[in-house]
Amino acid sequence: MSTSPTTGTAGATGTFAPRPGAAPLHRMVVAQARMETRLLLRNGEQLLLALVIPLIVLVGGIAAADHVGLKFSHSPVDTLTPGVLALAVMSTSFTSLAIATGFERRYGVLKRLGASPLPRSGLLAGKVGALLVVEVLQLVVIGAVALLLGWSPTLTAVGVLSAVAAVLLGTAAFASLGLFVAGALRAEATLAAANLIYLLLLAGGAVVFPVDSYGPAGGLLSLLPSAALGTAMRTAFLHGGFAAGAFLVLAAWTAVGTLLTARTFQWE
Amino acid sequence: MTLSERAPEPNEPAVVVEDLRMRYGDKQAVDGLSLGVDRGTITAVLGPNGAGKTTTLETCEGYRRPQQGRVRVLGLDPQEQRRELLPRIGVMLQNGGAWSGVRAVEMLRHVASLHAHPLPVPMLVERLGLGSSGRTPYRRLSGGQQQRLALAMAVVGRPELVFVDEPTAGMDPQARHTTWELLDELRSDGVTIVLTTHYMDEAERLADQVHVIDQGRLIASGSPVDLTRGGATSTIRLVVTEPFPPTAPASLQTTLGESTTVQPISAHSLLITGPADPGTLAKVSAWCDEQGVLPESLTLGQRTLEDVFLEITGRELAV
Repeated sequence: MSTSPTTGTAGATGTFAPRPGAAPLHRMVVAQARMETRLLLRNGEQLLLALVIPLIVLVGGIAAADHVGLKFSHSPVDTLTPGVLALAVMSTSFTSLAIATGFERRYGVLKRLGASPLPRSGLLAGKVGALLVVEVLQLVVIGAVALLLGWSPTLTAVGVLSAVAAVLLGTAAFASLGLFVAGALRAEATLAAANLIYLLLLAGGAVVFPVDSYGPAGGLLSLLPSAALGTAMRTAFLHGGFAAGAFLVLAAWTAVGTLLTARTFQWE
Repeated sequence: MTLSERAPEPNEPAVVVEDLRMRYGDKQAVDGLSLGVDRGTITAVLGPNGAGKTTTLETCEGYRRPQQGRVRVLGLDPQEQRRELLPRIGVMLQNGGAWSGVRAVEMLRHVASLHAHPLPVPMLVERLGLGSSGRTPYRRLSGGQQQRLALAMAVVGRPELVFVDEPTAGMDPQARHTTWELLDELRSDGVTIVLTTHYMDEAERLADQVHVIDQGRLIASGSPVDLTRGGATSTIRLVVTEPFPPTAPASLQTTLGESTTVQPISAHSLLITGPADPGTLAKVSAWCDEQGVLPESLTLGQRTLEDVFLEITGRELAV
C-alpha cells in the first residue's frame, strides 16, 4: 500500500491537507542524536559531571601522587590519564544518560516520542549517537589537558584500536546499566542512585587508580565494569596492548544490563 | 492522487472500537464500549473525569493493548501494525511530552524532522501564538502554551487522523478560540479529529458527532443537534438563594402540569424542560412566591448537552 501521495492534486490543496509519512530512519536518528546532544550540553550539571570532575581528579591525582609519594610503575600523569578518560566515559554513558532518561520518562517525552514515527531502535540509536558525540568532546578536552601536563601515551595500532573499542564497549555496558536504573526507578531516585553509584565507583571502583593499588581486594574489583574499562584504557595507552580479560568483563556487563533493561524498562 | 484514493476503503470508518473492555485493579475503566468515527469529521468523546475517555484514546493510539474487544484505526491494528499506523496519526497527550529544558520552537522543529512532509514550523508557531514563547524553556511555559505546543506537535506531520486529549482544559478563552479555529480548519482540509472533552460548549461548538460516555459505557451518540433536540426544545433553569425544601421538585411539577418535567440539579437549582412561554414563567414565579423562595436567577435556554447528560445519568457532568 502506498502512503506517499504526490503534491498539488485535487483534494489535497488546503494548508493542513493530510500528507503523512515518516522521515527516512537515518534522518530521524540523526535528528534525535542532535537534539539529545544539544540538551546534554545545555545542562550545567552535566558539564560538571562530564568535564569538571574528571579534570579535578586528573590534576588532583597527579598533585596527590607527587605529595604523598604514591608509587606507580609509570609517571603519575601516564598512569592516571587513561583512567580519567574511562571516568569521563562512565560519567556520560551511565550517570548523564540515566538521569536524562529518568526525566524523559517523568515528563512523558518517551511516551510522546513513542507515538511519533521514530521507532524505539531509532530512539536508542539517537541516544547512543549523542553519548558518543559528548564523549569525543570530553576525550579531546581531557586529552589536551593531560598532554599539557606531560602525558606521553604509548601509541601503537593495537593500543589505539583497543582504546576505541574500550570506549565503545564501555559505553554499551554503562549505557545498558544506566537505562536499567532509569527505567526501573522514579526520576528523583534515578538522580540519586546514578550519582551515588558514580561516586562509589570513582572512589572504590578501580577506574582511575590501577586495580593493583587496591591491594588484596583488587582481584574482586577487577570484575566491576569501572575497573574493566579503566584497565582496558590503561593497557591500551601504557603498553599499547589489548586487555582481553577486561573486554570480557565489559561484554558480560553489557549482556546483563541489556537483559535487565529489556525485562524491566517502563516507558511511562 | 486524492485522499480517498489513498485510503484502502474510503467509506470505512477512521476508527472502530468494538466491545472494548479495560480493567485496572478493581476499576472497570472501559466496560464494553463500541463506537465509530467517520473520516473527515470532528468526533467528540464526551464524559466526566474518570469515564474512560483517555483509556479508550490511548488504546486507539497503541499505548495499551485491548484486554477484550477490538480496535481498528485507519483499518489497522494499533498494536500489531503500530509502525505502519504511527506516521499517519497525530497524538496530543493530556500533559507533558517535551523535555523540560527544550524551547518550544526547537521541540516542534524536532518532531517535524521525524516526518517526511511536515508543515512549515513558522506557520504553525504563528497560528498557535507560540512566537513570543519560542525561546522559553518548556518548563517555564504556561499550561495553555504547553497545550498549544502539544497540539502543534500532533499536527505538524500532516496526519490523516489526530487524537487530541482534552485540548483546551484550563485554557483562557482567547487560547481556546485559537485552538477551536485550528481544529475547524484541519477538518475543512480533510483531517479526521477525535477529541475527548468534558466541556459541553466545546463538543457543541466543534463536533459533528458526539459520543457521550459514562463509567466506561456509551450512553448516547449523535450530532449535537440530534442529541439536544429531544421532545421539548427549551429549558428554564431556576436558581434560588436558600436551599429548596425536599418536596419542591414534586410541588413545582404539580403546579406546571404534564407538559413539562422538573429535575433537581442541586439544593439550589432546578431544571425545567418544556415550553418556556410566558404562562410557564408566570407559574414558576407564582410558585416561588408561594414557597417563600427568592429566585437568584431564572435562565431560559436551549436544551444543552449538559442537560442531556443530566437526564441520562441523573448526575451533572461538571468536573
